[in-house]
Amino acid sequence: MSIKGKAYVMGAFEHPTREAPDKSVPQLHAECMRGVLADAGLSKDDIDGYFCAGDAPGFGAMSMADYLGLRKLRHMDSTETGGSSYILHVGHAAEAIAAGKCSVALVTLAGKPRTSGPGGGPRGGGGFAAAPEAAFEQPYGGTTHNQYAMCATRHMHEFGTTSEQLAWIKVAASHHAQYNEHAFLKEVVTVEDVLASPMIATPLRRLDCCVITDGGGALIVTSPDVAKKLNRPKVKIIGSGEAPKGTYGGKVDLTYSGAAWSGPKAFAEAGVKPSDIKYASIYDSFTITVLMQIEDLGFCAKGQGGKFVSDGNLISGVGKLPFNTDGGGLCNNHPSNRGGITKVIEAVRQLRGEAHPKVQVGNCDLAIAHGTGGSLGTRHGSATLIMERE
Amino acid sequence: MSDKAPGRSGSMRKIHAPAVNVETERFWKAAEAGKLLYGFCLACSEPHYYPRSFCPFCFSERVEWREASGNANVYSYSIMYRTPTDPYTIAYVTLAEGPRLLTNLVDCDLKKIAIDAPAKLVWKPSEGGAPVPFFTLV
Repeated sequence: MSIKGKAYVMGAFEHPTREAPDKSVPQLHAECMRGVLADAGLSKDDIDGYFCAGDAPGFGAMSMADYLGLRKLRHMDSTETGGSSYILHVGHAAEAIAAGKCSVALVTLAGKPRTSGPGGGPRGGGGFAAAPEAAFEQPYGGTTHNQYAMCATRHMHEFGTTSEQLAWIKVAASHHAQYNEHAFLKEVVTVEDVLASPMIATPLRRLDCCVITDGGGALIVTSPDVAKKLNRPKVKIIGSGEAPKGTYGGKVDLTYSGAAWSGPKAFAEAGVKPSDIKYASIYDSFTITVLMQIEDLGFCAKGQGGKFVSDGNLISGVGKLPFNTDGGGLCNNHPSNRGGITKVIEAVRQLRGEAHPKVQVGNCDLAIAHGTGGSLGTRHGSATLIMERE
Repeated sequence: MSDKAPGRSGSMRKIHAPAVNVETERFWKAAEAGKLLYGFCLACSEPHYYPRSFCPFCFSERVEWREASGNANVYSYSIMYRTPTDPYTIAYVTLAEGPRLLTNLVDCDLKKIAIDAPAKLVWKPSEGGAPVPFFTLV
């Protein structure tokens, strides 16, 4: 069974806050739900499917559904793949809708790592101590920074990628963020600015890293019947793919991501190819994340990502593959240290023609949202979603 | 650009005690004796790391845990400067026996670290637990 054309993204909401010391995390989830219902033109009791991930406090969907007052649920899913969870949830929601398990699915994300510190992230602290790999990895001081950085080191070694090329990704994101009134960083930066920023974990510098922000977002995915009744542009889901990638018993290869599997699945289901895509939301926890994913998704050949991005190809109105026109995680927002939901939200804005006029892609009828959650350098979950304007 | 560590110089990162369970306690007992074990499958002849009670490739339980030579080469690395301690180097090394494992490169000149550089096993004490396998440049 394919999900192609079986479900629509009819609601998309990004919380405007980037710093929320006076709100609880569940409260932010609730505000995102309120925002997305208003966007879609639906009410609470229309929701019969609910999706959340590790940022949701308590027992996942069970606690949150009770807190949010969702009384009509007949489908729940708390699949956790880190920051890519919410892209994957849209695919799962489409599957559930296609199977008749629900007709209006809500996806929420929220968190406040900016005001609560590193321990304020999803299931922070010692929650991973019992993971089978824990004893063999935790003693080594692995962080997202240095694990992703090892991928960059290897990419540079194998393909000749340079820090200047990586910097172009941040430059492109900053060109877009200047038009987003809510962006955490609105200043346009240059390659030189990125290279002059402090070293964090070689070869990644501060401006190679995404922002840390409080906030959240929500999505509504509906059946075709519900979508017809709503007074919003229809964003049809036409393909999805997901894949985990790990360290495989020591057969570690840092040169590619799970996008190499989730991407082709999504493109095949959608019946389109990378060159057809008008707009791309590409997870940008770090510049290297973008580089590897655009190669793995087939927007350029493996190893050619550096050249592709340094030609300005990611800048809207300039290049072949306008990306993250909200400023992305690198400049706009990375709520709960998870960028998946904002990737879908900006893709929906583009397909609706509701992105900022300065970055809106002309006749944007086909878009991709792709995410990597977890660690690019150890194990992660990749999720790809292809959507079309109807 | 600043390559200086933001934190105190001369302060070493603490090595947390590895969380041992009944499946892996054999590995950490060997560590106490200075032996690094990896898994080897008698059914498909593939080595693996970290060692486990079955082969992650063919799922056979005919697995032996063998002692590694301790010789390796650097596969990739990153020197961490955003730390309140001295900078430290996370790395993957490829064991002479085949598997790649996550580790730190220690007791070496940071400027000499490079992909493919030969490295060898050294042990470091953890905070109240078994010693942990690290590597240094040779």
